[in-house]
Amino acid sequence: MTAAYKGFLLLSIIKMIVIFTIVMIGVALLTLMERKVSAWMQNRRGPNRVGWAGLLQPAADGIKNIVKEETFPGEANLGIFTLAPAMAFIPALLLSAVIPWAAPLTVNWDANLPLLGAVSYHGSLTMALTDLPVGFLFVLAISSLGVYGIALAGWASNNKYSLLGGLRSSAQMVSYEVAMGMSLIPVLLLTGNVTFQQIIQSQQQGLWFVLPLFISFFIFLVSGFAETNRLPFDLPEAESELIAGYHTEYSAMKFSMFPISEYANMATVSAMVVTLFFGGWDIPFTSWDQNGGLLAMLATAVVMFLKVLSFLFFFMWIRWTLPRFRYDQLMALGWKVLLPLALVYIMVTAIAIWIIEQVGGVTDTRVKMFILFGLNLVLGYVVFFLMDRGHIMSGSYRASSNLDAGSRRARQAA
Amino acid sequence: MSIGVKVLKRPERQVSYVRAALKGMALTFKHMFQPKVTMQYPEEKSTSDERGQYTISPRWRGTHRMLADEQGRTKCVACGLCPQICPANCIKLVPGEDEEGNRYPLIYEIDEFRCVFCGYCQEVCPEEAIHVGVHFENSEYSRDRFVYDLERLSSPEHSVSTLWDPTDPKGE
Repeated sequence: MTAAYKGFLLLSIIKMIVIFTIVMIGVALLTLMERKVSAWMQNRRGPNRVGWAGLLQPAADGIKNIVKEETFPGEANLGIFTLAPAMAFIPALLLSAVIPWAAPLTVNWDANLPLLGAVSYHGSLTMALTDLPVGFLFVLAISSLGVYGIALAGWASNNKYSLLGGLRSSAQMVSYEVAMGMSLIPVLLLTGNVTFQQIIQSQQQGLWFVLPLFISFFIFLVSGFAETNRLPFDLPEAESELIAGYHTEYSAMKFSMFPISEYANMATVSAMVVTLFFGGWDIPFTSWDQNGGLLAMLATAVVMFLKVLSFLFFFMWIRWTLPRFRYDQLMALGWKVLLPLALVYIMVTAIAIWIIEQVGGVTDTRVKMFILFGLNLVLGYVVFFLMDRGHIMSGSYRASSNLDAGSRRARQAA
Repeated sequence: MSIGVKVLKRPERQVSYVRAALKGMALTFKHMFQPKVTMQYPEEKSTSDERGQYTISPRWRGTHRMLADEQGRTKCVACGLCPQICPANCIKLVPGEDEEGNRYPLIYEIDEFRCVFCGYCQEVCPEEAIHVGVHFENSEYSRDRFVYDLERLSSPEHSVSTLWDPTDPKGE
């Protein structure tokens, strides 16, 4: 092994440990944050007994969950029943490996370590665990694996409510994945690349993509909510209908794995939204954050953390505001609204970019994005003000009118 | 048609999910900064609340108290009305009589597990001796501790319940 290879491996392992630790502690604290935010929104105080302001509450919950008895339903398929929590949990964690959490750090490192020998690393060190050339395609692929954990958990429990929850989740996640993937194509069109590094770079040169690609951002966010099974799309859980859906039969740490993977998924989707639409670790209106120094790396890490945190708060805010969708409304929203909207938006963006570049002859990225931003203002007005008046997002109305027609026909026949 | 059901037509136009959602979010956000209503129980108690925010009703019927007269003797004359009226049959009374002919309870026990806290004993008592009290913290480590004898009924200091007055039904 060469010194450079060993240096790369060593630094990767260090990054792995740091990211894993931060994500796991962050997920634990997210459970506390969720309870605190829900409490504040209901004029309560939330957990404040364990540790200062309840900060040790996740630790207490963890100890409780580990010490509790593991129960197995009598007729369950034990192998899959035990495997399912891990299958939900691992994809959620895997995703944190590819997101760039800070600006790359320029490293010039030569050392002679005991046991390892000479190690060295020269050049720019990316602050994602690995900067995959397939970028967000990897995220889309892995996030769709998460559905197996939930669907299998529901099936292996041998309980009708669990099975319904598992079925709902597989249908829901498969439906919204389509809209999610389609909503990212305009990002591709604008960047010309799928790697996160390139996406962040083009946002630094132009605008944050939330402005020129607002509809994309909206579709991605809504599908993200559905993908993480959060309210208003938490039909797999749906405690008022399905007891607890797919994790009804789980107890102790196996149960706890499902909330952990849900929060890890939330963190990943938030990080994805931030990276794709809010400039990633970019500090707005500055350029010193790209100079590769240690200070820039730390500052961008903090900024990234704040951005992700604000989106996590947004997730919780939505959860404690909106009621759950009815199942047919959920499907109607995914297939009849978000998917066509995403497809039309791809067309509009592609044509707009072609006109701006080929007909208008604009080469400056920032000007290009400002023109797209103007277009998005118009599109946003059309979508959210002209069409959103009982035309879209009301699967309920159409379904009930069909039902009326059906019953009228039945009455006539009788 | 036996029951009149008013069927409302769902609004079709001028409704917007996005705007309704934003409105709801503004509401929940506003609630985050409103004063909290939680009572921090072991530190704050509804029986001794200075701010008067969580005070429980003076008519609350909780743990019993046996009152004493000015000489410190228990007021009870062992007339036997309270075990007679008690619907849960939780009062055990053995009467005694001293040399001067004054009746007093030899044994007076209330089983707080059987008690339904109806307050009839307080209502029926001619001497205003037994009362239900404004108090609710009765946890113990063993079951037999819930049979309160005369000493434990006489020692507590909590205030006694106000009886419902038929001439003043709302307590004004």
